[in-house]
Amino acid sequence: MKKQLKGKVHKFGNNISTDLICPGKYFHLRSDIKKLAGHTLEDADPEFIKKVQPGDFVVAGENFGCGSSREHAPLIIKESGVGAVLAGSFARIFFRNAVNIGLPVMELDTSGMESGDELLIDAESGKVKNLSKNTELTATPLTGVMKDILEAGGLKEYVRKGL
Amino acid sequence: MSLARNIFAEKTGIDSKKLSAGQFVEADADVILSNDITTPLAIDAFEKHSEGRIAYPERVVLVADHFTPNKDINSAEQVKKVRNFAKSHGVKFFDAGCGIEHVLLTEQGLVVPMDIVIGADSHTVTYGALGALASGMGSTDIAAAWVTGKAWFKVPEAVKIVLKGQLGEYVSGKDIILYLIGQIGVDGALYKGLEFTGDALSELSLDSRFTIANMTVECGAKYGIMEVDDKVIDYTEKRAQRPYSPPPAGYSIETDKDFDEIMEIDCSQIDPQVALHGSPANAHSVNEIEKIGIDQVVIGSCTNGRWEDYVRAAEIIKGKKASPSLRFIVIPSTASLYSRMVKEGLAEVFLDAGAVMSPPTCGPCLGGHMGILASGEKALATTNRNFTGRMGHKDSEVYLCNPEVAAASAVSGYIISPGEIK
Repeated sequence: MKKQLKGKVHKFGNNISTDLICPGKYFHLRSDIKKLAGHTLEDADPEFIKKVQPGDFVVAGENFGCGSSREHAPLIIKESGVGAVLAGSFARIFFRNAVNIGLPVMELDTSGMESGDELLIDAESGKVKNLSKNTELTATPLTGVMKDILEAGGLKEYVRKGL
Repeated sequence: MSLARNIFAEKTGIDSKKLSAGQFVEADADVILSNDITTPLAIDAFEKHSEGRIAYPERVVLVADHFTPNKDINSAEQVKKVRNFAKSHGVKFFDAGCGIEHVLLTEQGLVVPMDIVIGADSHTVTYGALGALASGMGSTDIAAAWVTGKAWFKVPEAVKIVLKGQLGEYVSGKDIILYLIGQIGVDGALYKGLEFTGDALSELSLDSRFTIANMTVECGAKYGIMEVDDKVIDYTEKRAQRPYSPPPAGYSIETDKDFDEIMEIDCSQIDPQVALHGSPANAHSVNEIEKIGIDQVVIGSCTNGRWEDYVRAAEIIKGKKASPSLRFIVIPSTASLYSRMVKEGLAEVFLDAGAVMSPPTCGPCLGGHMGILASGEKALATTNRNFTGRMGHKDSEVYLCNPEVAAASAVSGYIISPGEIK
């Protein structure tokens, strides 16, 4: 995981479900994550996939990723080039999946962030600088096993280390 | 006392008094479940990153239920991958038509009280109705559990939910859980564990309890566990495929100790509920909503696909016809339920009413197949989610209800209380 992340905000609302992130109707593409990623967040914002640049951030309100346990949801967000997902809170399975596959997820107050804002994130300290608004916030730090998994680069690497 | 913390203590050897919210524990999983969507990703992770040995093959259950009978070539390839994996590792595999995982596993006696069940499917929480600690995870977690036999958990805050009062006519488990989600919202129990007790719970059938536990994930809960009473023991005795012992004396949540929050629900005040499109939390009394015309009715799913659900729906629609303005789809959840529906005349009731009966599948619930909606169409379903695009086009709508409301509305062509058509 990169220590410093810099990119633009793509802002979404509350309760962005896995049905919006990765709709069941595209599951015929599920063995091809690259193709499936072409539909990332499509039902929430059809323009997102055209606008997103490598390293950009998905920023949302409360309960991001609610619904299904499909790991394809964080996988295609990662595949689309997103550097991290920031939200007021996350649905627990999405959060767990994201950590397991090595997609940085940060819990903090996102109400002051708007689409187009430029953020500079220090992954280690959890500090999030909004360069456009000249503000700074700190994300809730990961603890326990979750921290160890993220530091190992994901659950696969973590389990391999323990074997 | 918290049932969940008791199970964590039992499985980890940590004194239950020393377990508190926020603590990380690692525990053995008794059942490791995944389906035809989530297993292929787990296989990829397993094959690339392990020595290729499953630690406890007898705990692994794979069910092909979402896109089966194979919807298309891609689904066929994915299921083939799962089938071959099951064969080469000697693990349980239920192929197309056997049934929907969370109805099938309880029916087959694969889960017993006090088990820890992890599943790469969010509705794994269903097994809480049997007093098991059951939680949904992702594919990589499942692959890790194949290798180690274990999973890690963050002990959540515990919320005690006391169900009181007598249920009214046409009210069942679905109405209680929709009402609860309506009260606390889709993130009302985020990171928390729900534990159910109360005189109304004791009165509820197991089938209704499964429905409640199943949808606890829709308010964000990590699990929704229920007290183990004689009904659970009886259900388990008849089916259990493994030796098990009933929970020890004192295994109850009568005392408020360990609970961070306590909620009481007076079930006598709950009408049949309808969750309006967009969120399971948009719950309203069926008697208080405007007239909503519907294009499709779906009865079935891991939420409301149990014997009692079909019986309740059949009692409403017997001798009547579904409105020609809609498609009426009935999905038996397992092969044995399908067979029983044929033997006991329920299939005839539904077919005479104009139903399409599909083989057991999750099908339309997740917008997979067997009843996808076009733009502008509205469906009333006994399923569990109604987020944008859930059953098809992003401009289609899904309304959630119990089987009796679904059956009555199939007759009228719009959402209606069963009392109005009798």
